[in-house]
Amino acid sequence: MSADLHELYRELIVEHSKRPRNFRALGSRTRKAASYNPLCGDRVTVYADVSSGVLKDVTFQGSGCAICMASASLMTEALTGLSEAEAMLRCEGFCQLVTTGAASCAVALGDLAAFASAHKFPSRIKCALLAWRTLEAALQGEV
Amino acid sequence: MTHRAQNYSAGGSSIDAERLRADFPILKQQVHGHPLVYLDNAATSQKPQAVIDAIARFYAEDYSNVHSGVHTLSERATQAYENARTTVQRFLNARETREVVFVRGTTEAINLVAHSYARARLQPGDEILISAMEHHSNIVPWQLVCEERGGVLRVVPIDDSGELLLEEYGKLLGPRTRLVAIVHVSNALGTINPIRQIAEMAHRVNVPVLVDGAQGAPHLPIDVQDLGCDFYAFSGHKLYGPSGIGVLYARASILESMAPYQAGGNMISSVSFEHTTYNRIPYKFEAGTPNITGAVGLGTALDYISAIGLDAIATHEHALLGYAVARLSEIPQVRLIGTAKHKAGIVSFVIDGIHPHDIGTVLDQEGIAIRAGHHCAQPLMQRFGIAATARASLALYNTRVEIDALVAGIRKVLEVFA
Repeated sequence: MSADLHELYRELIVEHSKRPRNFRALGSRTRKAASYNPLCGDRVTVYADVSSGVLKDVTFQGSGCAICMASASLMTEALTGLSEAEAMLRCEGFCQLVTTGAASCAVALGDLAAFASAHKFPSRIKCALLAWRTLEAALQGEV
Repeated sequence: MTHRAQNYSAGGSSIDAERLRADFPILKQQVHGHPLVYLDNAATSQKPQAVIDAIARFYAEDYSNVHSGVHTLSERATQAYENARTTVQRFLNARETREVVFVRGTTEAINLVAHSYARARLQPGDEILISAMEHHSNIVPWQLVCEERGGVLRVVPIDDSGELLLEEYGKLLGPRTRLVAIVHVSNALGTINPIRQIAEMAHRVNVPVLVDGAQGAPHLPIDVQDLGCDFYAFSGHKLYGPSGIGVLYARASILESMAPYQAGGNMISSVSFEHTTYNRIPYKFEAGTPNITGAVGLGTALDYISAIGLDAIATHEHALLGYAVARLSEIPQVRLIGTAKHKAGIVSFVIDGIHPHDIGTVLDQEGIAIRAGHHCAQPLMQRFGIAATARASLALYNTRVEIDALVAGIRKVLEVFA
């Protein structure tokens, strides 16, 4: 297997794609947004339970490729417990990482760093970002 | 270039794909350190040197506008453009050259018929009949017409192997049916539909038949008179020609009866502010400066494949399809979608738990180009309860070695997601 490929499909990503965390819907008082990529059929709905400006719980449902599913799963873990402002900052950092391969050091990415080689696969960047764009939409939407 | 290809048709039985590959410069490259294995031919096929040269030569030596100039270049360009039309006429065995309308591609051809034929005839409650395996381009134009005119789109179902249910088709053909629009070869399943029978049944109740030949024309010998269809649409780029050029064939009497499509230059014979007289067919449907070079490239591509022989190409691809199906069946995780008895060289498959996009990315790293997605046939995907498939589609230049590479690549996919 090529080195690039191995970097893209790291164990962590494959594992999250097979057993996505926080894969469930949240109740009606939560913020929610859905996205669909008509080109590839990836489909995600992201839920965020926000109270006092803090993301108490972030979950998702949907179907798609390993990159899309793993990214959504890791996102729910990375953002739960953050303030809205922190979450948006991390979204920005992740988008930077996925599109360029590096993020500004101000943003702690932790496990999300697994996506550092996604930029070498331009056709897959959308897959990696779908859940994150959806979350941004959910946070910007009304309850 | 075409005389070279002629030598390859070994008694009309099959072809020497290994030697024909030399005609396609793009195939000589490596991708991610592996020899390119191009198996995305249903999306678009690669171009032989003959086509590349013809386009360059036309621009370098003969290019001008058509049907308007008195100067030498315009005469040459017009000649080349009309020669291409004659080549298409022979390729399809159409009765007359005026039955050949140059368009941008299959999509535009279908839209032209929807606009100029169906729209004028459809009354509220009238029906257009399509099948469950249509490409979006043979669904949406009819939906638009039906919406506008109060018509009804009816869909002939298919069975689990991807074969059209002819009995159901017979039942759906009714007194309100105004048109049957059906795909010749399914781009997602490879199913070859029995067009002759479909047309016979439709004609018995005086319903015309449009055939979406985007995947038919590159892989099967086409004889529109023998098929008995009223319209046949195909694209240049899927049969080794350039993109942006395609053909609508229609019986002359039908074309004569149709309203213009786009309006502008070339499609008129005289214009005053009070009244315009339209040009004769096919020019009535070719408003504006056409894709002149595209037509020249298409004509060259048709000469190229005709010299090899469509029968020989079909034989080669069919044998390769059999080999691909046999080899893929060795991998228990692979499930084939589309197992009709009569199939062209398209292998759609899914692997449980692995998304087609991930399959596509892993294969790409091995230098193997396939398509992953819904293939612009979302209703068909829903019919099979899947979001997408991985699709390997064959052309005259594909070989068993490449199928072996595909199989090895799929084993890599399984490793990555083990």
